[in-house]
Amino acid sequence: MLEAAGSGHSAGPLGLADIFGALYFNILSLDSKNPNWEERDIIFLSNGHCVPVQYAAMAEAGFFDKDELLTLRKFGSRLQGHPERERLPGLENTSGPLGSGLSQAAGYAYSMQYIDDIKHRWVYVVLGDGELNEGNIWEAAMFAGKNKLSQLIGIIDRNNIQIDGNTEDVMPLEDLKGKWESFGWHVIEIDGHNIESIIDAASMGRAITNRPTMIIAHTIPGKGVDFMEYDYRWHGMPPGLNEVSGAPAKADQARIAIEKLRTLNGKITHEGQGV
Amino acid sequence: MSHYPLDPDLFTDKVKLEPNRAGFGRGLKAAGEANEAVVALCADLTESTQMHLFRDAFPHRFIEIGVAEQNLVTVAAGMARAGKIPFTSSYAAFSPGRNWEQIRTTISLNNQPVKIIGSHAGLYTGADGATHQMLEDIALMRVLPNMVVIAPGDSLEAEKATKLVAENGTPTYMRMAREKIPVFSTDESPFEIGKAYVLRDGHDISLMGTGTMTYQLLAAANILAENGIDAEVVHVPTIKPLDEGTIITSARKTGRVVTAEEAQIAGGFGSAVAELLSEQLPTPVKRLGMQDRFGESGKPAELFEYFGLTPEKIAETVKEFIDNTSQYHREY
Repeated sequence: MLEAAGSGHSAGPLGLADIFGALYFNILSLDSKNPNWEERDIIFLSNGHCVPVQYAAMAEAGFFDKDELLTLRKFGSRLQGHPERERLPGLENTSGPLGSGLSQAAGYAYSMQYIDDIKHRWVYVVLGDGELNEGNIWEAAMFAGKNKLSQLIGIIDRNNIQIDGNTEDVMPLEDLKGKWESFGWHVIEIDGHNIESIIDAASMGRAITNRPTMIIAHTIPGKGVDFMEYDYRWHGMPPGLNEVSGAPAKADQARIAIEKLRTLNGKITHEGQGV
Repeated sequence: MSHYPLDPDLFTDKVKLEPNRAGFGRGLKAAGEANEAVVALCADLTESTQMHLFRDAFPHRFIEIGVAEQNLVTVAAGMARAGKIPFTSSYAAFSPGRNWEQIRTTISLNNQPVKIIGSHAGLYTGADGATHQMLEDIALMRVLPNMVVIAPGDSLEAEKATKLVAENGTPTYMRMAREKIPVFSTDESPFEIGKAYVLRDGHDISLMGTGTMTYQLLAAANILAENGIDAEVVHVPTIKPLDEGTIITSARKTGRVVTAEEAQIAGGFGSAVAELLSEQLPTPVKRLGMQDRFGESGKPAELFEYFGLTPEKIAETVKEFIDNTSQYHREY
């Protein structure tokens, strides 16, 4: 997808592949043929630049034909470079500028919990770790903590990279668990590449009824593509560039990266089969 | 052609004085009674913005956000996705002043029917000084696709507008002023989103005002009449979408236009009128408002005098403009 698009972010989406696989094939209650199904769970993507992995998961889950994935970032495509709700059924929000997804998820969760008295539906939101630099995030953290939004479950992609370098060099986030706990959240730290851990953590989050849950998912940026793993330089680059030292030839990069992304790191072995 | 009833007590000692935000408060409560989907969010200014009427009537649909304007509008965007009609309020300097990007992405581009109420806009914020006198909000909000922009002329109109905005299904910005101002409209005066109204017929010049400036123009027209100048006064509460027909008709009739707003003239209401006329009916336009500078502390009356926005100052400016500008007619 990214190779065909010629631009976009590689590392984050690859690192989130296991999480989105778990979300779309186990955790979320969704109907791909009826994206606005009233009983659905809600998934907000706050770090909109990682939307390629959401598009891939949605296509695998049957929201649209997989051939459409190659239109990513192209003129006329429903798959905009950053997600736009009105363009693609199944998207709940429009994002790209960082830091605003948690507030929207909190607003939805507040409506369910305090106004509409809706139980047994949950609002999930995927956040990047770099975007936790944004003040808007901590405004939302206070709001959700104050209101004990127990149907709100956040997942932080803790991959330790952002555009200018490693997160602890650019603007340190640790003690990250302690920060969220001090804002009144239940915090679960997991291996973000262990499907069972992801599913278990979401299940735990749904069982916590007196506060919101934040899952800190430790992930490897560029996961599954050895030359990209751990390297912040792949944050904002598509496969197909040779500018990063040690990278394979352009044609190989694209083939490897696309294969990994389309199969959610090998978790999907053939058409239509989930994790 | 004018069917807009003005309050008969206008320009008498009995004229009713009330801040626009009071009308908003009543309108929001009424909107809440009419539609259960209406919710209200405030950033620690609940009584200042007059949301307390709604809060007291519908406590479970009122959300206190605290001093966090970015969160204010983004929580509202999420609630809109959940089917609500959220009204958000703060001072205009903070919302949309501080949180413009969040409004752009999560409300305007996301096309959610969130209502952004910017209170304490303009020079009427007085003593608080330049930091709190929001003068750039019209320009900021007018450039956003999907966004409706309204500056009610008085409290009665603010009340009517609030009720309609609750049901218009689209992102909307409304600006409110702090101080009591004369109520020129009546219960029978029309208000529709997207309509401008001729309050006074005239042939020599069109005075077009939005928000609190319409009253100043009506008073200026009285002074001009004493000087033999027959001014038409057009009230334009909806800045976007602009009522192009009414504005062009008036400009064609009088051949000269003066606009007035309690805001920066760059990118604001006067700019919107000038853009329209320059493309469709090139007409001499004079824009009154803030001329690329900030305000400062003072009583509103002192500030209006200093910045040339009192009826007397406006009348002087209009006379000069007429003296120095030939009347444009398409049929010349």
